[in-house]
Order: sequence, then structure tokens, then C-alpha cells
Amino acid sequence: MSDAAKVRIAFRVNGHEVAVDAWPMARLLDVLRKELRLTGTKEGCGEGECGACAVLLDGALVNSCLVPAVHADGASVTTIEGVAQGDDLSAVQQAFLEHGGAQCGICTPGMVLAAVNLLARNPNPTEADIRAGLAGNLCRCTGYMKIFESVIAACKQKGDR
Amino acid sequence: MRAYLPKYEMVTPRNMEEALARMSAEPGIWRPFAGGTDLMVLLDAGKLAQRKFLSIWKLPELHGIAGTREHLTLGALTTYTEVQRSETLQQEFPLLCRAAAETGSVATQNRGTLGGNIANASPAADSPPALLVYDAELELVSARGARWVPYAQFHKGYKQMDLAPDELIARIRMPRARSGWKQYYRKVGTRSAQAISKVCFAGAARMENRHIADVRIALGSVAPTVVRCMKTEEFLCATGALTPAVVTRAQEILSGEIAPIDDFRSTANYRRRVAQNLLEEFLLSSG
Amino acid sequence: MHPDPSLIGQAIPRKEGREKVTGRARYVDDLVFPGMLHGATVRSPAARGRIRAIHFDKNIPWDEFTIVTAKDIPGENCIALILHDQPCLAAESVNHPEEPVVLLAHPDKYLLEEARRAVRIEIEPLPAIFSIDDSLAKKEIIWGEDNVFKKFLVEKGDMDAAWAAADIIVAGEYETAAQEQLYIEPNGVIAIANRVEGVTVWGSMQCPYYVHKALLPLFSLPKEKVRVVQAETGGGFGGKEEYPSMIAAHAALLAWKSGTPVKIIYDRAEDMVATTKRHPSRTRHRTGITRDGKLVAMEIEFVIDGGAYCTLSPVVLSRGTIHAGGPYECPNVRIRSRAVATNAPPHGAFRGFGAPQSIFALELHFDKVAQACGLAPDEFRRRNFVRQGGTLAVSQVVHEKVEMSRLMDRAFELSDYHAKRARFARENSSARVKKGIGFAAFLHGAGFTGSGEEFLASVVAVEGTAEGRVRVLAASTEIGQGTNTIFSQIAADALGLDPALVEIAPPDTAAVPNSGPTVASRTTMIVGKLVESAAVGLKQTLVSSGLLREKYSQAEFQRACGEYIVRHGELRATSQYAPPPGIHWDDDKYQGDAYGAYAWAVYVAEVSVDTTTYEIRVDDFVAVQEVGKVIHPVLAAGQIEGGVAQGIGYALYENVVWQEGRMVNAQMTNYIMPTSADVPPIRVYFEENPYPFGPGGAKGIGELPMDGPAPAIVNAIEHATGASITRIPVTPEVLMEALEGVHV
Repeated sequence: MSDAAKVRIAFRVNGHEVAVDAWPMARLLDVLRKELRLTGTKEGCGEGECGACAVLLDGALVNSCLVPAVHADGASVTTIEGVAQGDDLSAVQQAFLEHGGAQCGICTPGMVLAAVNLLARNPNPTEADIRAGLAGNLCRCTGYMKIFESVIAACKQKGDR
Repeated sequence: MRAYLPKYEMVTPRNMEEALARMSAEPGIWRPFAGGTDLMVLLDAGKLAQRKFLSIWKLPELHGIAGTREHLTLGALTTYTEVQRSETLQQEFPLLCRAAAETGSVATQNRGTLGGNIANASPAADSPPALLVYDAELELVSARGARWVPYAQFHKGYKQMDLAPDELIARIRMPRARSGWKQYYRKVGTRSAQAISKVCFAGAARMENRHIADVRIALGSVAPTVVRCMKTEEFLCATGALTPAVVTRAQEILSGEIAPIDDFRSTANYRRRVAQNLLEEFLLSSG
Repeated sequence: MHPDPSLIGQAIPRKEGREKVTGRARYVDDLVFPGMLHGATVRSPAARGRIRAIHFDKNIPWDEFTIVTAKDIPGENCIALILHDQPCLAAESVNHPEEPVVLLAHPDKYLLEEARRAVRIEIEPLPAIFSIDDSLAKKEIIWGEDNVFKKFLVEKGDMDAAWAAADIIVAGEYETAAQEQLYIEPNGVIAIANRVEGVTVWGSMQCPYYVHKALLPLFSLPKEKVRVVQAETGGGFGGKEEYPSMIAAHAALLAWKSGTPVKIIYDRAEDMVATTKRHPSRTRHRTGITRDGKLVAMEIEFVIDGGAYCTLSPVVLSRGTIHAGGPYECPNVRIRSRAVATNAPPHGAFRGFGAPQSIFALELHFDKVAQACGLAPDEFRRRNFVRQGGTLAVSQVVHEKVEMSRLMDRAFELSDYHAKRARFARENSSARVKKGIGFAAFLHGAGFTGSGEEFLASVVAVEGTAEGRVRVLAASTEIGQGTNTIFSQIAADALGLDPALVEIAPPDTAAVPNSGPTVASRTTMIVGKLVESAAVGLKQTLVSSGLLREKYSQAEFQRACGEYIVRHGELRATSQYAPPPGIHWDDDKYQGDAYGAYAWAVYVAEVSVDTTTYEIRVDDFVAVQEVGKVIHPVLAAGQIEGGVAQGIGYALYENVVWQEGRMVNAQMTNYIMPTSADVPPIRVYFEENPYPFGPGGAKGIGELPMDGPAPAIVNAIEHATGASITRIPVTPEVLMEALEGVHV
């Protein structure tokens, strides 16, 4: 029944070196959640539509349900667990807390990463930029309004620093 | 995640030579794997029939955007994000940038590639109509050598391509010949973002005294492959002013060049009507 | 001893917010148990038929698997709900596609999927029915004697005489389609089960006690031997009200047979294709009005498609029936309603629960009725809005002050309705993109209908700990709407404490009393009130013990808790639901006080219709509602904004494509919900008229926002295009047919 063999994937996650043995086409999502027990990254659809599995791969926002383990080899991955600095929340996370950006919370890890990535690329996004930047992260609870407010608040906060 | 992973193999060739050698040794067995945004969806659903994949994602020969005076050449692994970030493409090939911006989401744009999109051969793909309008050519390479194929002749039928089992799409070349042309792109999807297209229209027209001197019209999602509407183009070049009668006649000819279907996303009638409406919008915005 | 200022009305931080924004919140698929197996369900390929055989292909090591069929069920093979008609596993026959037949478990998740593909269920097909019409016509009898799960007849006044008084009669027929709840976290559970310890289930769910009740007859176990614990839940919207009992039963059966913990997590495709959806509906209106636009007769026929088994259809029908007459006064009303069976997976709870369906029909119909008597749509409503002292369709006297006209005025001012109504009409004829603006006026009753809350007899407990913290014990679940935060806020306010001192006990049936299900917009209004009274009871216990004065500081309170526990061992107060005085509901005639409180609303939608592509965009949305009292402004606005977004999806984007009773577009690529690029600015405004029996005066609001968007949007589309549209979703294809007369 088994044709292939597992391969060793060595990469950095949230600044730490890790190495796992994984099926070559195992999803990065599953390597993170199962092998590395980093359960902050979520599965909502398995098709790259909902964005709940979003992580940063070498600085680029990607849907980890669509990334094969082999592609993580040698790469640097940031998950939601790597966004806060210890107990210090990032501006985006703090804003989500203050402005109601999270309700049930299942889309929140991917949404936070998408917002962090958006602000890294574009520190002063217009509302249209925010809508476009987050269009790959589906939220069923909020209707997005308080997510926009949170991102705008995070920009202002970062701008004030 | 329904796939039985132990059955799937992925190897990472260190260079093009190694990749092509493997494809040549076992043609059709090893399938090139780029960003994976199409293939991994099939894997997730347990519907990926092929088992052996060649990861070409990091091969440097397949990346990069290079220009000569006559042509702009993109590596097959140019991502949608890279397309949008290229100033040259934004200035000279705006329809391709529009298509890239409307494909999937930021996350898919970071991993999706033009070559992958072409090889996946979905008739609903967003970039192919733009590539046809720009008279793109594809460089296909194998251990046997390289050849250039006009993209307009690449898709032979639904998911059938002029691509041998040992061949890889390496580069996409477009003549830098559209400056001054009126350019138009419109994708009609199921929603504003992250949508599969129901109708996709790309058009470019060179106007002289408010007549069409030269034109390209290409559509997606209305036939088994992306389609260039050459009869419509010929008619438009032969007529004079773009009167309402001319527009109506052009719409009729267009209708005969497409073959939209009913599926669970939309209907043949809708696709046909909207394709005709988009032609009118294109012509009105050009004239 | 309420703090000054009161916590009621303040936006305190979300109780579990930090966990959610850091990814530390633990949903069921984040939990791992030692030795855990993964479970999967093998489902019927056919809509209806007899199970001939189950084949297991040879290339799987079946001896490594736990395999469960109906024969393995220790007790009764049913998912107990209102009736016991729905099997847990199909035994001899199937009645809908994807009906569960075989359960498999194995430690290797990938091999499990390979095995799932290797089980073939052979069905001898029987003729199946898929439409309301075929069911009513009894083309096949697929349930009971006549395919009817439930029917109601509501009468007010004298309908037969009423027609004589009508100058104008307007008829119309309206349809709504199925809608998938599409919580971003699919269904999932983990179960441990054996004869000695009983059954324990952790899962994504709204109602742990519903699951508890369903597991009892399945395993023939006494109450103490079944324990259900809610894990952090990624959205419910009703889709995790009754369905979790099914997946919990499946995991428990596998655990029972294997002797090891079993986890079942649905992937998106399975969740979409196999679990409940909003009931499709068809409503026929026949309305009699006088020449000056006063209602004299309303005859309504309301039918919903319940799918293959009864589940909650009678209750969905009930709410839809009661809301079918809207916030209007009409002296003569007859509502005939039925819930009927088809061979689709059973339809179930989804936010609004029958009201979005019947209110859609009413608000579309009333725009037409207005047109028929030459009145503007809003003027017709104003002449017929119910007022204080008036009666609704079910003869409920409205005792509170109701100012629908004023709500409408405010909504119109905020949306610039009148000016836009005129301007769009002027400018549309020459525009390629046509604009429209429309509204819907409606109400939503909170809590269970009639004597339902009395029957539930919900209980909440509040405890003091030795360290002087306060614990709230209730079965109400946090599913994103803010239960944890609201309960903390209410308890803290009642006790004069910092909300950070209040803990919410995890909803675990072994540890918390049954405060009823997290449904029906009841969590704040009904259960929150019990939290308040239990907290007050706790305080009174301390005061009457002499350990605390009437006015105290937080430190004194904490010391008193500690002292009380040293002396008495436990500090606990409970509160049980008692109905407000004077509530009378006649279950036979379906008349009287249906709900303790209604929230009232007027929503306005502004749309653009692109006549090149027939695409519709909502450009602006104004939601004005009177909700008693806003306890937490951010959470309350969040509920309305989220509900409006779902309503926009219901109206325009969300289209279940059916083939022979099966959803064939069961992927998020092909079942479309709005993205951040699709939603308009959703502008939310609250009015307050305190409801004396809600905590701080609050009424329930969770489902209210689901009722207004679809009719407001469709009325706006009609204003923009003149097209008469009578069903949702209004996809571009549907609009094209309406505009061009082109067959779609």
C-alpha cells in the first residue's frame, strides 16, 4: 500500500528551527497542527477559499492547506503563535480585542495574519485596500465591519508610535 | 483531507536539466508542480489522479521578467503577485495585471503562477484571455530541446494541449506592441473577489479616425478552452464607424464563435448574453 | 448594589478575546486524546431506497478498523428530538442522499479515507420526491400518512365576511431557497464511551443538554452516565443546534465499540452536503384592503420543506407562522401553514428559524399591495403598523409602546431614502447601472414561543469561590455572540464587581445546570436575567448571613465569600425561570401571547444593478432597531452587522444547487458567501424601550437582523429595475430572466 517514504523537512517556525518527518505532499497545515502541535492555524475549507489556514511563508501570505510539506523545507514560517511578542500583543491583535474584530474566533488567526501582512506591505491602506487585502479571509460572524475598524485602528496606533 | 498520502511522491530536482531528464525518462509519470493552488485542491478532495510530482517551484530558470525592445518575456513561474508588482507589465500589459489582481486572493496570488494556470487549462482561467489578446507565445522545453508555440494554438480542446508528456512550459513571451491601443478587461464572477469567472472578456483595439484598425478579442468561460474570436475581429476591422447596427452585428458573430454551457455556476444563456453585452461595452469604450 | 456608572451599556473586553486573537483558544479539532482514533461516516448514495447490501472492498485491512452499523446500537436507533423518527444509522432503508449508514474508525486518518472510499452501499432505489409541490400532491408518501410533519391554523376575526369589506384584493406567491449556515469551523466531536464509565462527548455545539438528551435512549444509559462538554465553537447560527446530536452519537458508538476515544471532524464538503440547512419555503398571500389602504383581510398559506425527517420542522413552522403577519394590525387573518417531507437531508435550525422566510414574503407582498392601492410603500405601512394596545396576527395584544413609524422615519433620514427614491427613478432610464432603494419593516420575538420557556424551566447557578471570585454556571454556550462577556457583565453589574473577577464555567452537563439551549435569541434576555437574579441571590445570601453589609467594597465582598465558605463549605445561589405575569398562550388555537418581547426594526438597502452583467451590489445598508436595552454596544452592533451580512448572502449570493436531493456545489468555491469586498457599509442604530423582564431591560436580538435584509434588497432591486422578483436568491441569472424575459 505505501509507495512513497516520509521525508525530513527542516524549517523555521516563529523563529525556531524545527525538523519533522512528513509525507512529501502532506499539507503544511497538518504539519503545523499535528506534528508541531501549533493548533492556532485552522482548517475551514481545505480548498484555499476561506483563509483560516493562512500563514506567512518566507514573508508571503499563503493558505497552508495548499502548500505541500516539501515546499516548507528551508523556509521561514510565521503562524499566529508567532505574532504576539510573549504577552505583548501586536497592534492588530490589540485592535481586534478593543474593536470587536473577533466573535467566534475561528477565522481570527488567518485574519490577523492577513491584516499584519497587509500593514507590512502597505502601512496606510485605504478602506478599499483593506477590503481587497482581506478578501481571501472569510468571516461568517462579524459582517467584516469591526474587522475593518480594527485594522484602521491598528494603523493609527502604529502611526502614533 | 481525503487523499491517501503514502501514495504520493514529490521530488525536487536541483536544476532544469535534472527536471527534464526525469520527465524524459518517464514521460507522463512525473507531473510538474509549481505553486500547487490547483493541484492541492484536488489532493485535498481525494481527487488527484496523478501520483508523482516534480517540484519546479524553485528552479531559477523559470522565474524572472526580462525585456528586449520587441518582447517582454516572463518565466512560467511568475506569480500573480509578481505580475502586479511589475511596473513594466502595469504600463504595457495592463490586462494581464488586471487578470492577476482578480485571480483568487492575496494568498493564492502569492503562490499561483502563469505557467501553472496555463497548464491547468481551465476554460474559466483569468489570465489566458489577456495572454491571447497580447499574442503571447509559450516556450516549451524538454530534454529534446525547446520550441515556441503561439498561445493561440496551444489549447486544442477541453484540457488538451500541445504539450508533450516530457515537456515543461518554461517562458511566456509577448510582443511589446500594444501601446496606444484601447484595452479592456472584465471578469464577471459569482462575487467581487475570489470568484471563478462566469464570463471573462479581454479586448484591445487600435483605433484610427474612430474606426477599428486592428483588434484582439478573447473570452474565457464560454467554450471548452479560452477562445479568440477571430471572425468578430475580422468583421470589426472591415467595417467603418461603430454604429449601433455594427455593434449588433458584431454581437451576432461573437455569439457564433462561443459555445457556453449550463453548469452549476451559471447558464449558457446568461454567459452568451453577458459576453455580447461586454463586447458592446468594450466597443463603446474604445470608439 | 450597582456600580456607578453601571456596567450595563459599556463595551467591556471580550472575555475569551485574548485567547482568540493569539490562537490559543482550543476548538475540538485542536484537542488530542492519547490513543485516539479518527472516525468517518459512510453515507447513502441514493435519495430513497432499500439497503440491499454493504460491500467492503478487499484491499483494505478491515481487521484494523472499528466498524459500526445500526446493529451495534445498544439502545434505540434514533436521534431523539421532538419525534424519534430519524435513525442514528440507516438500517433497512434510506430516505435522503448522504444518510449515514456505516461508521469507521482507525488511528491513521489517511488510511481511514481510503477505507471510506472502499465501502459500497448497494441500494435498491425507490421513487423519491424533491419539491414542496410533489410532497403536497403526495406523489409519493415518504413520511407518515401524508408527508406532513406539522400544520397550524391561525384565525383572527371573521375571514369570510372580511372579503366583502375589501375594495382591492392583491395576491402573490413568494419563494425562498435553502441556505447553508457555513460556520467557518465544521462540525466535530470527540467521544469516550464504555459500559463502566458511560459516555462523554466534547464538541462544537450550541446545546450540550440537547446532545445529552439524545444520547440517553441510544445507549440506554441513565442521566448521570452521560456527560457532554462544549469546546470552543467556531460559529453555529443554528447549524449546531440539533445536528451535533447526530455526530456525537456516531463518535460515541465508535468509541463504545472500540474502547478508545474517537474523534470525528467533518471536512467542508461533508458538512455542506450532509448537515442541516435553512428550510426552503413557499408563501401565498391574498390581501384585502380598503381604498385608502387599510388592511381588512390577510390570508396566508405558508409551507416549508423539512427534508426527510421531522427534526425541528414543527418549531420552525411555528415561528414562521407567528411572524407571517408582521408588525401590522389587521382585523381578519387566516394563516394556514404546513411543514412537509422531501427526500433531502433534513433541514434545520438557522438564525431566524422560519421568520426570515415568512417575513420575506410579507414585505415583498406589501410593496405590491401599496402599489395596487396607489400608495407609496412606506405610506401603506404607516397606515397599518400595529400600535400600543393593538393586536398582531396571532391576536397578541401589544402592551408596550411601539413606534414603527418613528423607526421608519429615522431609518429613512439616515439612508436619505426619499431623496434617493426620487432621484434614482429620474436617473435610471438613461443609466447603464441602475440604482434602487428599498426597505423592510419587521419584528422578531425573542425566547421560546408561548409556554416554551416555562416548559424549559431554565436554571442558572452563581457561586462564590474561596478567593472571592464569582463563577456563573449555565449551559448557554459562547459561539461568538458574546455569551461569556454578557454574563460576566450582568453578574458583575449586579454584584458591583470588576467583570474580570467573574468566571464563566465551561458548559459541561456534569457541572452546570440546564439553562436551556443557545437558540431563539434567548441567551441574554431569558438566561441573562437568570444570571442577574442568581447573582442577586448570592449577594443576599452573604448579606443575610451577616458577613456583608448592604453597601460594600469589592474587597469586602471577596472577604465575605471566603468567610462564608469557611463556615458553610459552599456559596451558591440558583435561579429558575418563572414566566412574567399575565402571559397566556393557547396552543390549540395558536393565539395569544406568543413571545414575551419583540424587537422592532426597519432596514433600508441601497443597491446598484449593472444591466451589462445583471450583477447586483448592495451599496449602503441602514439597520434601525428598538431592542429594549443595549447591554454591550460592540457585541450588539456585531450581531446586527453579522446578521445583515448573512441576509445579504441569503438575498443575492447563496445558492444551493440540488440534484436529486443532493447539494452538488458543496465547496466554498461554489457556494458563495460574501467576502470583505462584497459587503456595503452596514450602519447600525439602536433605540431603547426597556423590557421589564430582561436584564437591564434587554430584549433578544441575535436573529432579528436575519429577517430584514432580503426583502429590503429585493424591494430595492424592483425599484431599480421595475422587475417583479418573487424569490431569492436573486442571482444575476435570475435577474436577467426577470429583465429580459429570457429563459434562464
